[in-house]
Amino acid sequence: MIKGVFIIKLKGTKILMKVLKEEGVDTIFGFPGGAVLDIYDELVKTDIKHILVRHEQGAAHAADGYARASGKVGVCLVTSGPGATNTVTGIASAYMDSIPLVVFTGQVPTSLIGNDAFQEVDIVGITRPCTKHNYLVSDIKDLARIIKEAFYLARSGRPGPVLVDLPKDLIQSSAEYKPIKDVQLKSYNPTYEPSAKQLPKVIKLIKKSERPMIFAGGGVILSGASRELKLFANKIQAPVAASLMGLGAFPASDPLWLGMLGMHGTYRANMSSAECDLMIGIGVRFDDRVTGRTDAFASKAKIVHIDIDPTSISKNIRVSTPIVGDCKTTLKRLNKLLGSEDLKGLNKARKPWLDQIIEWRSTKPLAYEQEKAIKPQFVVETLYEVTKGEAIITTEVGQNQMWAAQYYHFDKPNSFLTSGGLGCMGYGLPAAIGAQVACPDRTVVDIAGDGSIQMNIQEMATAVQFNIPVKIAILNNGYLGMVRQWQELFYDKCYACTEMDHAPDFVKLAEAYGAVGLRATKPEEVKPLIKKALAIKKPVIMDFHVEREEGVYPMVPAGAAITDMLLV
Amino acid sequence: MKSEEITKRIYSLQVDNKPGVLSRIAGLFSGRGFNIESLCVAETTDPLVSRITLVTNGDRNILEQIKKHLNKLVDVIKVTDFNVTPFVQREMALIKIRAKAEYRAEILRMVDIFRSRIVDVGAEYYIIEVTGDEGKIAAFLELLKPMGIKEIARTGAIALAREKK
Repeated sequence: MIKGVFIIKLKGTKILMKVLKEEGVDTIFGFPGGAVLDIYDELVKTDIKHILVRHEQGAAHAADGYARASGKVGVCLVTSGPGATNTVTGIASAYMDSIPLVVFTGQVPTSLIGNDAFQEVDIVGITRPCTKHNYLVSDIKDLARIIKEAFYLARSGRPGPVLVDLPKDLIQSSAEYKPIKDVQLKSYNPTYEPSAKQLPKVIKLIKKSERPMIFAGGGVILSGASRELKLFANKIQAPVAASLMGLGAFPASDPLWLGMLGMHGTYRANMSSAECDLMIGIGVRFDDRVTGRTDAFASKAKIVHIDIDPTSISKNIRVSTPIVGDCKTTLKRLNKLLGSEDLKGLNKARKPWLDQIIEWRSTKPLAYEQEKAIKPQFVVETLYEVTKGEAIITTEVGQNQMWAAQYYHFDKPNSFLTSGGLGCMGYGLPAAIGAQVACPDRTVVDIAGDGSIQMNIQEMATAVQFNIPVKIAILNNGYLGMVRQWQELFYDKCYACTEMDHAPDFVKLAEAYGAVGLRATKPEEVKPLIKKALAIKKPVIMDFHVEREEGVYPMVPAGAAITDMLLV
Repeated sequence: MKSEEITKRIYSLQVDNKPGVLSRIAGLFSGRGFNIESLCVAETTDPLVSRITLVTNGDRNILEQIKKHLNKLVDVIKVTDFNVTPFVQREMALIKIRAKAEYRAEILRMVDIFRSRIVDVGAEYYIIEVTGDEGKIAAFLELLKPMGIKEIARTGAIALAREKK
C-alpha cells in the first residue's frame, strides 16, 4: 500500500452532493419522486437550498431564470418518467437561448431499464436534440467525472442545458471518490480566442464604413461583454441595435441606442439595418424573427459576425467576415487594436448617418395613445418609471413579451429574462421565482398575459411557500392577444379560439394562494397600484384590465422584408 | 440563403465508442433535414474510438453546416472532410445472381474482369463479392443485370485519407 493515500468509498448520493458543493451550487429547483428518494434523503442533510416547485416545467424555468439573473449554472432535480418529461419544455427553451442548466433526472434501476418499468422513460433519448449534451450514468465509477463534465459543458463555450440521468441502484451503490480538479474533453474545445488574422480586416471595414451599425445579441450578455461593447460602440461611433435576447447588453439610455431589431423592432433599428453599409453582429444568430426575408436583410452592408458557435455563422445570412470567438475576448482585442488607430475623423464622418437616425427616431417613435381604457404599453411604461428601470423583468410570451421589450428600457444586462427562441408561454412566473432567489434584493416583475400566466400559475404556491416576493403584472385583455392580432391582420378578424372569457378572478386566485391580489381598471389607478404592490414584501398579482384589442406595433409580417413595417 | 448545386460529400469521423453516439449523429441529420446516403461504423485499433464514414449530399451551405454541426457534437473527436483531403474510397457488395448453365461462363469472365470473386456456389446461383469505388460497383451491377440479380447487399463507402508519399 502506498503511504499517505486515503481513498474513501462513498455512496453515489454523497458523491453527487460533494460535486455539487465543489461546483458552488447553492440552490436546486426540484420535485421529488420514487427514483430520487435517496438523493433527496441526502440533499436535506446539506446546506443546499431546495425550492419545491409545483410542476417540473416550473423547475426547469426557475433554474433558467436563476441562471440568467445570476450568470451561474441553474440546477434542477426531478424524478424519472413524468418528472423527467415535464422538464423537456424548460430544457428546450434553455437550449434555444443558450442558458447553462444541469438537470438531474432519476431513472429506474439499471436492471429494469428497457423493460417498460413503472415511471420509466428514455429521457436521454428524448432530450438528445434539445440538450447541449446528456448522460445516462451506467457505472458508479464515472459518476463524479460525469457531473463535473456536465457543469463544465453547461457553462463553457456556447452555454446550454446538460441532462444527467441517474438510475436508482447506481446512486445507491458506492465508489471510491477523489475530487476531480480539471475537466478535459478531447473532443470539446470551444474557441474563445478569435483568429488574429480576421481582426485587422474588421478595423479596415470600420474605417471605410460611412454607415456602420452594431447588432448585439444574447451572446454579449452570456459572455459578460457589456462594458466592452459600450466602449467599442463609442470608439467607432456606431449605433447599436439588439435582438430580443440582447436587450440589456447595451444601455438603452445611451445616445447610440437604436432599440430592438426585428419583427417588432423599432422603426429606426429596422431602417438602419436596411441602410447600413457595415453590420457587426455580435453574439447573435440572425434568427428569422430578426431578419425577415433574408435576401432583403442588410442588403447594402458588409456583415461581420462574431460568435463562439461556428454553426451560427453563415447559417441564415451570408457573412463577409466571420469571427469565431468569445464576444468579450474578441471585443477586448478589437478595442485594443482601435486604441492604436487614429479615429479623430470618425465623429465627423459618421454625422450624416447619425443625423439620419435621429430623424427616424423623431418621426417614428414607439407610440400609443392612452385613452379611456388602460393601454398595456402604459402599464409597462409606468412600471419602468416606478422601478426606475432597475427591476429584473421576466415575461411570458406574446404581446406582453413584446410590450415589455419595447417599453421597459434596459440599461443593464441579466435584467430581461424571456423565452426568446422557443417562445414558451408559462416561462415568466417560474423564471421570476428563480431570478428572485438569485437576487433577493432586487425587484422582480413578471410581465404576463392572462393567457400565458395560466400555463404555470401553480407556481404561485411555490412563491408563497418560500416567501419569494415576485410581482406579477397581468396585462389582462381576455384574449390570447398575439394570436388574435395575427387573426385580425392576416385572417380576416376571424378570432378562432383566441378569446378567453372564462379566466379566473386573479385577485381572488392570488388570495387563495396566500398571496396578495390587486386590480386596476382605470388608467389613473395604474401608478398607485404599482407603487402599492412594490411596497408589499409578498408575492403580488396585479390584474390590469387593459384595452382588449390593442396591437403590438411596429410589426413586420412573417416572411416580409424587415422594412415592410405596419405602423399602427 | 439561396440553395446552389447539390454535390456528394464523404466525411470520416472519429467518435467516442459509446452507446448513443450513432443516435446523436443520426438525430442531427434527421432533425436538421440533412441527408445520409450511407453510413459505416466500426471500432478502430483504439477500442475507445470508432470510425464512421458518412456519405451525404447538399449544396455548399448545407455541407458546411453539416461539418460544423458534426464538429459541435461532444462525442465527435475529429471530422475529416474528403473534399479537401485526397483519399482512398472503397465499398463492398455481395451479389446473388442466377447462374443458369448458359450464363455461367459469361459470369465467370465478368468476375475476372472486375477482380471480384465467387464466394458461394449453388446449383442455380452464385454469390459474388466485389469491392471498389462506387462507380465500379455500379458498372458491375449494370453488366450483371441482364443475367438476373436475385439479391444484393452493399456496404456504404469507407474511406481513408492518403498521406504524403
